[in-house]
Amino acid sequence: MTQEPILTARGLVKRYGRVTALNSCDFDLYPGEILAVIGDNGAGKSTLIKAISGAVIPDEGIIELDRKQVLFKSPIEAREAGIETVYQNLALSPALSIADNMFLGREIRKPGFLGDWLRMLDRPAMEKRARDKLTELGLMTIQNISQAVETLSGGQRQGVAVARAAAFGSKMVIMDEPTAALGVKESRRVLELILDVKKRGLPIVLISHNMPHVFEVADRIHIHRLGRRLCVIDPKQYTMSDAVAFMTGAKLPPEAALAA
Amino acid sequence: MAQVQEFEKALSNSETSVAAFDEHGTSIVKRIQHFLHSTPAAVPLIVLVLSIAVFGVTIGGRFFSSYTLTLILQQIAIVGILGAAQTLVILTAGIDLSIGVIMVISAVIMGNCAVTYGLPTLLAVVIGLAAGGACGLLNGLLVAYMKLPPFIVTLGTWNIVMATNFIYSANETIRDADVDVQAPLLHLFGLNFKIGTAVLTFGVIAMVVLVLILWYVLNHTAWGRHVYAVGDDPEAAKLSGIQTKKVLISVYTLAGLIAAFAAWVSIGRNGSISPSAAVTDYNLQAITATVIGGISLFGGRGSILGTLFGAMIVGVVSMGLNMLGADPQWKVLLTGVLIIGAVAIDQWIRKVSV
Ligand SMILES: Nc1ncnc2c1ncn2[C@@H]1O[C@H](COP(=O)(O)OP(=O)(O)O)[C@@H](O)[C@H]1O
Ligand SMILES: [Mg+2]
Repeated sequence: MTQEPILTARGLVKRYGRVTALNSCDFDLYPGEILAVIGDNGAGKSTLIKAISGAVIPDEGIIELDRKQVLFKSPIEAREAGIETVYQNLALSPALSIADNMFLGREIRKPGFLGDWLRMLDRPAMEKRARDKLTELGLMTIQNISQAVETLSGGQRQGVAVARAAAFGSKMVIMDEPTAALGVKESRRVLELILDVKKRGLPIVLISHNMPHVFEVADRIHIHRLGRRLCVIDPKQYTMSDAVAFMTGAKLPPEAALAA
Repeated sequence: MAQVQEFEKALSNSETSVAAFDEHGTSIVKRIQHFLHSTPAAVPLIVLVLSIAVFGVTIGGRFFSSYTLTLILQQIAIVGILGAAQTLVILTAGIDLSIGVIMVISAVIMGNCAVTYGLPTLLAVVIGLAAGGACGLLNGLLVAYMKLPPFIVTLGTWNIVMATNFIYSANETIRDADVDVQAPLLHLFGLNFKIGTAVLTFGVIAMVVLVLILWYVLNHTAWGRHVYAVGDDPEAAKLSGIQTKKVLISVYTLAGLIAAFAAWVSIGRNGSISPSAAVTDYNLQAITATVIGGISLFGGRGSILGTLFGAMIVGVVSMGLNMLGADPQWKVLLTGVLIIGAVAIDQWIRKVSV
């Protein structure tokens, strides 16, 4: 890559008691790319993206966004910097409506006295934007935007979470195993969403265990092992079995990939 | 777009309406379940109307008069206000066992400041409200930062505040007549006015207005949505960017403040100010009103209007049984049945999710 990375992390460490979830981990994301992150269960993938999205504060290490060091103390701060995340457990409030969920923590208030003094939410505006977004992503027929999220199926909930991230992300979108709980058809839909987001120029970090999907959409693959980046490979130069072999330690990655 | 995986080729002929939020074939029971799910105050409202109807039919005009019905409202004003405070806390999946005693100590502080120390009554009220808010703040800090279970925290503060109350007041009651002479403003919420045979006190008006304000805040402001989100799934709320600690602290503080407001209303109703008021009764009645009102003890679900209806149900049942000359234990028994019924319905409504 000749471009500057949009986000870099160097030497991230995160310990949970005696477990070291991140062990001096590096990370690079380039503009406009889809970077897949693969690794065994417990390798520390979720912890890595949580460190980037402000959900976890690393014990050590530096994160730079656009060459400027950032230290997010909460997910709000990362969101304000333009980093949107679809967490593995989705982070939706089941009893709240689709629209309320999409705007949770960044509600729109009515203009004028009602909003400034009575702090009244602008429901029509929020519902319209939520509906527009879901429609744009081909996710809904319009009537039920005020329906509680818990009345949706797994795939629909995933759609809401992805739509929320896609709607607000301005720098990058992170997705932690977005297709893990989905059927074949719904997974395909989410992959298309990911490609849609990429077309708009946003880089995406995609954590997934589904090798065919990873090799289909990723521009680069970050292989995570034992809390750190083992190597980065080009999916056009390696096979799925190579990737699995590196990720499980069955095979050592080539020098060139290690340097990447 | 990248090429589709071999095994997915079959998808191209399949239905394209993916993940559309259509309503699937629904039985009448499912539809009722969905209606109750989206309208949580409906169950207590129906029960309230039914109980008024039943007692109206069995007792007749004597019960079904505006005089009796407004008398019920007067009797539930304090419990309704405490129930509103309890609702806020229970919506966050917590419980506040200390609101009853916070109310009592706030009343004692208001009375002492106004009557014993001779401070201006308005200042005495402000000091009392501040004391209640401070007790609530202590609960909030312990729950949010020490991460202790709300049940334990408020059981602890209940005892602490109760002992403080007895030590501070030397268990002395401030007499009705003294309050009337020196601080009539403390009796404000006991004042009543008549509309025909209906008798309303300012305390009743205060309860209704408070519930309406809280209903607005919970449903139409960001803070209100955050209260629900925190009770629903605190982890998800945090990842969505909600400052869950601040929300918890504000909720417990507000509950303390409302309990202190209930103190002012209770002085109006009781006349005198007693440090040994029946704290446990108030506590249990407020929780009962909340639970019968359909507020889920697991947090994040229910409407505060339900709490108001819940308090009214208890008031109607006890007045009705009273007028029928029934043994007071029947009221206790029926309340128990209502509580269990309400929780059972709550569990059933929760199963609405696919
Ligand atoms: N909140 C936590 N508390 C304690 N241990 C944790 C926590 N989160 C993750 N871990 C541990 O850190 C390691 C990495 O977890 P995670 O990042 O979720 O892995 P992955 O997403 O790659 O499966 C695991 O051993 C996990 O048990
Ligand atoms: Mg994970």
